[in-house]
Order: sequence, then structure tokens, then C-alpha cells
Amino acid sequence: MEGLFNLAPLVILAPAVGLLINLFIGGRLRERSVGWIASIAAGTSFVFAAVLSFGLARSPAGGAVYVTDWVKLPLAGVDIAWDLRVDTLSVTMMLAVAGVGTLIHVYAIGYMHGDAGFRRFFVYLNLFLVAMLTLVSGNNYLVLFVGWELVGLCSFLLIGFWLHKPERDPETGEIAGYKNTAAAKKAFIVNRVGDFGFLLAILLIFWTFGTLTYGPPVAAHGEEDGAHGGAATLAAQEAEVASEDGLCVPHGEGVFEMAEAFMAAGCDVKLGSSRVPIGAMITLITLLMILGVTGKSAQIPLFVWLPDAMAGPTPVSALIHAATMVTAGVYMVTRSNVLYELARGVSVLPFGLTSPGVLTIIGALTAFMAGTVALAQWDIKRVLAFSTVSQLGFMVAAVGLGGYIAGMFHLVTHAFFKALLFLSAGSVIHGVEHGHHHAHDAPEGPEEKTFGYRHGVLDPQDMRNMGGLRQKMPATFWVYLIGALALAGIVPFAGFWSKDEILLDAYSRGDATGWFALILLMTAAAFTAFYMGRQVFMIFFGAPRTQAAAHAQESPPIMTRPLVVLAFFSAVAGFLNWPGTHSFGHWLQESVAYAHIADFNLALALLATLLALLAIFFAALLYYWRPALRADGADRLGGLGRLWRFLNRKWYWDEFYELIAVQPFNGIGRFLAGRLDGDFLHDWFHDTLIWRSFDRAAAFLGAFDLKIIDGAVNGLGWLAAQAARYLRRVQTGYVRQYALGVLVGAIVLLFILVLPLLIANSG
Amino acid sequence: MENTPITLVTVVTFLPILGLLIVLFLDEKRADTIRWVTFGTAIVTFLVSVGMLIAFDPADPGLQMATYYNWIPTLGMSFHLAVDGLSVLLVMLTTFIMPIAVVISFDPIQARVKLYYAMLLLIETAMLGVFVAQDLFLFYIFWEFTLVPMYFLIGIWGAERRIYAAVKFFLYTMAGSLLMLLAILWMGANAGTFNMTALLDKLAGGELVYPDGAETLLFLGFAAAFAVKVPLWPFHSWLPDAHYEAPTAGSVILAGVLLKLGTYGFVRFNLPLFPQASKDLAPLVAVLAVIGIIYGAWVSYAQKDVKKLVAYSSVSHLGFVMLGIFALNAQGVQGGILQMVNHGLSTGALFVLVGVLYERRHTKLMSDFGGIWQVMPVFGTLSLIVVLSSMGLPGLNGFIGEFTILLGAMGSGFISGWFTVLAAAGVILAAVYLLFMFGKVYMGPVTHAENRRLPDLNWKEMLALVALVVMIFWIGLYPAPFFGVMDAAAGSLAQTFTVEAPVEAVAGRPVVPIPPVLALPGY
Repeated sequence: MEGLFNLAPLVILAPAVGLLINLFIGGRLRERSVGWIASIAAGTSFVFAAVLSFGLARSPAGGAVYVTDWVKLPLAGVDIAWDLRVDTLSVTMMLAVAGVGTLIHVYAIGYMHGDAGFRRFFVYLNLFLVAMLTLVSGNNYLVLFVGWELVGLCSFLLIGFWLHKPERDPETGEIAGYKNTAAAKKAFIVNRVGDFGFLLAILLIFWTFGTLTYGPPVAAHGEEDGAHGGAATLAAQEAEVASEDGLCVPHGEGVFEMAEAFMAAGCDVKLGSSRVPIGAMITLITLLMILGVTGKSAQIPLFVWLPDAMAGPTPVSALIHAATMVTAGVYMVTRSNVLYELARGVSVLPFGLTSPGVLTIIGALTAFMAGTVALAQWDIKRVLAFSTVSQLGFMVAAVGLGGYIAGMFHLVTHAFFKALLFLSAGSVIHGVEHGHHHAHDAPEGPEEKTFGYRHGVLDPQDMRNMGGLRQKMPATFWVYLIGALALAGIVPFAGFWSKDEILLDAYSRGDATGWFALILLMTAAAFTAFYMGRQVFMIFFGAPRTQAAAHAQESPPIMTRPLVVLAFFSAVAGFLNWPGTHSFGHWLQESVAYAHIADFNLALALLATLLALLAIFFAALLYYWRPALRADGADRLGGLGRLWRFLNRKWYWDEFYELIAVQPFNGIGRFLAGRLDGDFLHDWFHDTLIWRSFDRAAAFLGAFDLKIIDGAVNGLGWLAAQAARYLRRVQTGYVRQYALGVLVGAIVLLFILVLPLLIANSG
Repeated sequence: MENTPITLVTVVTFLPILGLLIVLFLDEKRADTIRWVTFGTAIVTFLVSVGMLIAFDPADPGLQMATYYNWIPTLGMSFHLAVDGLSVLLVMLTTFIMPIAVVISFDPIQARVKLYYAMLLLIETAMLGVFVAQDLFLFYIFWEFTLVPMYFLIGIWGAERRIYAAVKFFLYTMAGSLLMLLAILWMGANAGTFNMTALLDKLAGGELVYPDGAETLLFLGFAAAFAVKVPLWPFHSWLPDAHYEAPTAGSVILAGVLLKLGTYGFVRFNLPLFPQASKDLAPLVAVLAVIGIIYGAWVSYAQKDVKKLVAYSSVSHLGFVMLGIFALNAQGVQGGILQMVNHGLSTGALFVLVGVLYERRHTKLMSDFGGIWQVMPVFGTLSLIVVLSSMGLPGLNGFIGEFTILLGAMGSGFISGWFTVLAAAGVILAAVYLLFMFGKVYMGPVTHAENRRLPDLNWKEMLALVALVVMIFWIGLYPAPFFGVMDAAAGSLAQTFTVEAPVEAVAGRPVVPIPPVLALPGY
């Protein structure tokens, strides 16, 4: 069955073909054909991924597929190839990416109908699949990095898709800026900050292990007591691993097996002219990777791009900014689980921290912080965006805690229900927009109180403009409800099972980091249930608060059908790994050496469920049993006063970065360009100082030159004299003449040079 | 050495002169004939250079296809042209960029056509000569020779302040060159030969020994000329003026090839002739390189004029090249040379983009544009690829060069790893200023009515950009053959720099030599 693995490049190639077809001949095709070509390309990719998974069912160890050479400097010892890896981890990601991706392609045919950039949109969407599938299927860190940056590019292109959509100032109606362009740039640049860390990690990996290839899977450790049980057996190989002087000697095929062996041997790594103990080196590598994770997977401190990224079209939010791309960090840590588990045993950081501990703390804090912000937003997509940041925090904390299966499991279930929620939100927005157009034809109702409806512009994403959509959009309502319940972690929907595993991992870790994570994650989970309840009640229940909501229409079947499929998976995906079988866990253990199967803890599950139900009850108390907005139009939580404003303004993160990063950057830029390079270097130093003292300097140089060269070859002397005279008289207006002189001289010289050669050769 | 017959290398070098002779006999009024003859010459030169590349043996680290002639034996001067792995890609870059520079001049240049194309052909030979000359004196002649056509290109066909820029360009490079001339004369006087092969033999054989302190001074003498040309910070002040005032083709040649003469000079002369000084001064050069990377990027970001922005970006990009070269290992040197090629392609292409914009609107201010992507979709897409290539997006050429450079710098035994960290931060800045430019010019709405009906690319612009973009993808996706041709030569150069420096002990461990497996040829 391993022959099947050679199909792996086709998984990436299929969307690439779709992309090329649409790029070159799509302009001549009808809109629907373009959409279907792209969707079929995505579907084909999914089929190939499914075939790979059948292959894995027979030979679960997986394999590597060499495609072609890439960065290859044979004598310099660098050989990084286009090399793909087929194992249970990569195929899981392929299935999730291509599967959810295909559904979103189909949905987008309806959603983007009539958009002037329809073809461009599908080209980008296919490009994204190419990039994301490259990311997950690469067999070395550099191929991963290619995908890693390319998905960032696609994110940039798709956020900025509506290039010319202006953002109006709500007070004056003036155009305040172009939020898509700004958000796109912000996303790319913030991600680059993360990529900077990841790139440095890759460089260090190379100089530590002499390769970037993951290598054959190391023996599974999950079932053993103590994380380092397997290392003992490797200690026997110590002699081959380290040279006599205690330096690590790269010897194997892969990074991970060497990491194990080096740690067992306790050797040092030689980097340039210094040596670093292997434990410190692995800690450094994993910390630098964490910087990459905080960028791509939107964690503190680099999460700020993701909420703004919601300016892009909704299918993009669903596919890239919820289901797939943002989970790349979780995948990367899971892929590097050997390095993280080895780093867990090394304490070179202050306060006894380890790099997975840092990861856990970042994840838990992000989950909590984003959860609080989501409580106080009105924009339907913004709530979901912060919810995504929060859920990514759960996953990141999980992998930091060593719960690789829990993290990956939550990644998969989240891909289903968050894609579902975003697409349903898109359907809601679509419906309200249609209702808005319809309402203009209907007789004018009484003066209505609307929000964000100023200067003739209705904000169709503002939940204050909705209400009562349950009757108008029943299909959307039901799928939204399923998605919300799954996200809130209500049994038996998908989110319940995966979130519960994460909480259990935090609980069973038992150390300070574990308890810290458990408390924050529990709180965040309760907030999740609350804000999802608030959202459902504000959107679908009560009375319509605007004409647009009153006239809203259900979306066409091409949009609702993919929703039903996603809703189905959101409901049942939890059974992939439910406590009875742990089939997902056993499947992943084939490729994740340190994956361990978590048991089910009834008390913890009950506690979490109780908290969620309580939170929903409070949400109902505020937003269901009473009108969702107070009489003055303020939010029911508005009574919190300054705390409300703090949450509503997202903890002032953007203002903070504006103050400490953006403004100083611009200021220093202006100073360097204007003062230092312009006024000082260019105008004063060069033009004034040098130019003015030029006559004297030139005379001196000329004389100096002549003296040295005097007596040398005629041609040379002539040239130097020209130069010297030229230098002396540079300000007399003869420059062009003398340059011409130099030219003639040079030609003469060339002639002198070539002539004898020609004679010699002809003779 | 024995005199040898003319080889392909010599033919490639002097073919443009043949075209020049034809152009000189043509009537000024027959402008189109002049254009096509020049274009044809450049294409033929390129094709012959492809033949040269095919004949090139990548496994041989030494000089190949040498033409040797004892020119002035009494003074130790020889006419010695040859290529090796270090120069062959740069020769190819030159012959590849020149047809592009010619074809994009067809429309913009309408005045003094004959002189203009004569200058283009002249500079091609001069630049090729610099890359293939294997005699210090011959090299110097070609080196100075490049100044003249560029001086006229800027001074006659440039923008408003062209005379100022041309004089400044001429003086700065000339001033640096004079110090190099002194160093060259010292070498010739003390070794009795200017021939590189003979010099290296004498160095290796102990016949040529530098007196105390001389090696550093000589290094600095050569470096003065090269650092101005690169330009290494803080010797860059002439570059923005020259770029800004030059016609599009002038900027393309300047960025595409001319700046590489400096970085190439370091690889060809400073490293092998002054190995000890190279080691000693590597940290100093690395400091200047890293300052250049960050400073160039930051200053780029603050520009209002798109051509100035691209000009300053060169300071940043060439900082990377310098860092790679002075990592003094095989990865760094190869990354540096590949990045020279990459910068030639990407920044050359960026200047073509600026030229396209300028031809249509006669302005280079970013605020005069906006929404160009909608107006000129094909141009917009190609521009995006070029911009991404310049900011080092993986999958495109710039990334391969930058990655290899950073890899070399990180593992270098001569410069600290912190330089790598700072240089990698420069990668972030590249995204900042290039996306800033792309956002201002291409994205957003069309804010100026004049921009609403700009025509998309004509065939000449299309040809130039598509050719560049093909190379951008090729090097990005499959750079193996590019590394292949220089691997042997760079490896043998890097062997000069085996780490002798003691390994610093960390945490009280004893000082030890490098284990054999880690001692890649890079050390």
C-alpha cells in the first residue's frame, strides 16, 4: 500500500491545476464554470487525501515522497529537497483542509455571485489550498516554511480582496480609510514578525542537526510512564552521537531522532565559534518557534491582525481565518512534539519555566483575554473572530501541556463548527443585506432606531440591526444553533468532547502551569457559552430591530447545503475520538511520538457542562427574557461602565501597539530619511563639506596620483592625468568634456589592449 | 604562461563592441534600425553566453575558457580573460539584463538615439570585462571603463538634476577607485605581476609575503572602491541620486549589474588575496552590512517617491549580499552570489515597473497613484510577483538567496550570530516598505481621474517583465542548477577560511577542535 503514498504530490497539484486553468482561461469562461473548476480541483485534492488515508490504514507508519531537489549545495553540506511526508498527522490535516476547503469553495459560488472579482477570488482560494497543503505535507521545516509564508500571502490577498471598499467615518460619513488594504497589510506584517522567529529557529535546527528533514518517526512514548522513558535506551548509542570532546555529531536522517540521541548523550552544539549545550539549544529553538506560532495562530502578543482580517469576504474568514491557516501553529508544535517534550525537561529559563510551559501560558492567557473581548462586541463576525482567537488559545495551551491529541482533536472539530458559524454568519449578513434592499421597495415604516445605519449606509454585520431572524431564515438558524452549541461545549456536540480533553490535560498535568491553564480555560469556556448565547439570542430571537431584519431572506441552496454538511459534522465529529474508542488518538499516535491518550473524567466534564449551562442561562436572562438592548440602545452589559468600554475596545491592544510600535517606527523612519540621510549625510556631509572642500582635496589627490603614476605606462599616466585634471577643474563646467576625454582615452586603451591580441591570434 | 587562442568568454565580452561598430556606421535618423541592431546584438550576446554556460564544467573549481596573452611582460601585465564558478552566473546576469534594458528603452528614448545605444553596448562590454578579467590591471581598466557610459546615460538622458547626479556618481566611484589603484600598483610592484593566477600562486608558495599591517591596508584599498560601488553603508549617498535621475534603462543596469561589480570585487579579490585581513575585518564589514540592511529598509519606508524607495531598498538588499560574503563559508558566499543575481532580477524588475508607471503619468510620486491594479490588471499581477520576490517570499528567488545567506551567517565562525538575528529582522522591514508601496500605488481605489484609463503593458514591457518573472520563479522553485555551477568554486574559496579561532568554552568546558562531521567545507 505504500505505493499509494506516491500520490501525495497530486494532493497539492490538483488545486494548482485549478488555479492555472482559471488564471489563464478563466476570463473566457462563465462565472459558474470558474467556480466549479475551482471547487472540483479542491474536491479532487480531498479525494487524493482520502486515498492516502486508505494507504495509511494498511501501513500506518507512513513514508516520505521525494519530489525534486531544491536548495542543494553538495559541497557545503546543504541538501534541502522538495520532500513530502505522508503520515497520520499530515493526512489528518490534508483531509481537514481539503474537506472543509471544498465545502467552502462550493458555498462561495453562491456567496460571491455577481462580484466583479469572482475569478480572482477563486484563483486566490485555490492558491491558498496549494499553500496550506504544502505546509502540512512537507517533510522538512523549509517546505513547511514555504507553505507557512504562502498562506500568509493568500491571507493578505484575500483580506485585501475588496481593494477599493472604503470605510466611512461613522460620525461624518467621510471616507476614513481603506480597511481591507490596511487590514491586509497588518496581517502580512504582523505575521512576518512571527515568521522571523520561525526562520531563526530553522537556521538553528540546521546548524544543530545538519538537516531540516523530520526523519523517520521516533518510537512512541505516549504509553510509557514518564516522558523520557525512551531516551534511556538511546543512551547506549552515546558513543556514536557525541565526539570525544562532547560535541554533538549529526549522524542520522532526521531531526527528531537526533534530538533524542543528543539529549541522551548530553552533548554540546557547535554554533559558529561558540558551543551551546543541547538542552539550551532545543529550548531556544522551541521558543523561537513559539514566536512563529503567536503570529500565525493569533496568540498574545501577535494576535492583533486576526480580528481585523474579518474585513475579507466571509468564506475567507471561514476557511483561512478560522478553520485552517490559523491552526498551522498548532500543527507545527504537534509536528515538533519531540523537541517540545525534550525541552520540557530543560530549565534554563527564569522562574523554572520551560518552553512548553511558556506556550501553555500564552495559550491560556489568549483564550481568556479573547473570550472576555468577545463578550462585548456587536459585529457578528468580530465576535466569531475573537472566539477563534480564544479557541486557538485552547489548542495552543493543549499542545503546550503535551496534549497533542487533544489539541489536534480540537483543531479538527473547531474547523467544522467554526467554519459552519462563519458561513452561517455570512448567510445572515447576506440575508440582512437583501432585506435592506427589499425594505427600500417596501413602504416606509416608522422612524427606526438603527445602529451603524448612518448616512444611508447600513452595517449588515451589526447584531443590533438584527433580531427575530429565526422565522425569516429557518435553515440558517438551525445550523447556527448547532454550531453555537458545539462551540459552547454542550454535550453531545463536537466541541464538548475536544474541549473536555484539553481541560483534562490541564488537570492531569498537576503542576502550577497546569492549574493556571485549567482555571483560565474553564473561565474562557464559560465566557464562550455566554457570548454564543448572547449572539444567538440577539440575532435570531426577539423582534426585528430594523426594516432590513424584518425583510431578511433565506440564502439560496448552494449556500445552505454546505452548511448542512458542516452542521452534521459539527454534531457528530466528537465521536471520532470519544472516550469509548479513542480512535483518533490511536490514529495520531502512529506519527506523534509523545501523543498520549487521555481518560475521561466525569467530574470535570460535569463541571464544565454545568458552567456552560449556567452561562447560557445568564445570557438568556439578559438577552432573551428581556429586549436584547436597553431602551437607550445600550448593551445589557453596558452597566459595567468602564470595564465594558475596556472590553469593547479590545483591551486597547491596537492603541497600545500604535503607541509603542507604529508611531515610533514611523517617527524613526522620518528621522532617518529626512534628518540623517537627507539633511546630514546628503546635504551637509556630501554637498557642503565634501563639495566645498573639493578643490583643495582634488588638487592634493591629483598631485599624489601623478607622483605615483609618473613613469608608469603612457596610457595609465594619461588616464590618471585626465582624472586628476578632471578632478581639479570639476567645478569649472568642463565635466562633460573631460568625461568625454576619459571615454576616448578608455577606447584608445582598449584598442591598445586588443590589437596585439588580434595580431597574435591571426599569426 | 603560454598565449592561448580566443575563447567563448572573450567572444561574449567583445560581441557588444561589434554591435557598437555597426551602430556607429548607421545614420542617426534610422532610429529603429539602431534600436533593432542593438537589441539583436544584446540577444546574440546572450545566446553566445548560454553556449558558454553549456561549455562550462561545474565540477572544476578553477578558471575555465581562459584567453591568455602576455600583454606587457616587462610590467607583469597580461590580457587574461576567463570565467569560473564565482563569475559565470554574473556574466549570465549581465547578458540577460542587457536585452531587457535595450527593449524598455525603445519608446522612452527619442533623443540622440545613436549615442544612447552606443553607450548601452559599451557598458555591456565594460561590465562583462570586469567579471572575466583575471589580471588586476586589466580589471582596473574595465572597472573605470564602466563609469563613462553610465556617466553619459545619467547626464544626457536623465531627469531634472541629471548633471548633479552624474558628476556625483562619477566622483564618488572615482575617488574609491583611486585608492584601489594604489593597492593594485603595490601588488604589481611587489609581486612582479598583476595576473591573479600568478599572484595567488605566489601567495600560496610564500613568494609574496605582506609586510606587517600591509595586508589590512591593501584590503582597505580594494574595499574603498568596492564599498562605494556596492554601496556599503555609509558610502551610499550617491546611489539614490544616481538612480533617481537615471533613465529607466540606466537604473536597471545600475541596480541589475553595476552594483554587483562591487560585491563581486570583494569575492574575487579581497577574499583570496587578503584572507587574514578578511577574517579580521569580517565583523566590521558585517556591522556595516547589517546597518545597511536595516537603515536602507527604514529609509525606504519613509520615501514619498517610488523610485527613491526602490533605490534605498538596494542598500538594504546588498547589505544581505555583503553579510553572506563575509560569513566566509561556502553557504554564505554562494548565497551572496545567488543574491547578487536575485537582486539584479528583482530590483531590475522593480525599476522596470517604475519606468512603466513613469511613462504613463510622468510622475514617480506614490501619492499620484492608487488603484493601479484595477486599471492595469496584468501589470498589477506581474508587479505583485516582483514585489514579493524582492521581499523574499518563499517560492520566489529572493528567499533562496536570503535563506542561504542567513544560513551561512548563522554558522559562520567569524561573525557573531547576532548579525543574523538583526539581518533577519530586516526581512520584516522589507515587507513593511514594499507592502506600503504596493498598497499606495496598486491597491485602494483610483483616486486620480488621470489614472482611470491607463493602458496596460505593451509588448516590450511585457517581454521584459515576463522574462524577469520566469527567472524569479525558476530560481525560487528549482535553484539547484544555480548552486551547482558555483558549488565547487565557492567551496574551494571557503576552504581558505577554515576556522582556526579557538572554540569558546561555555560553562567551563575545555576548548576543543571541531568534530570532523561538523567541519563542513563551510568552515
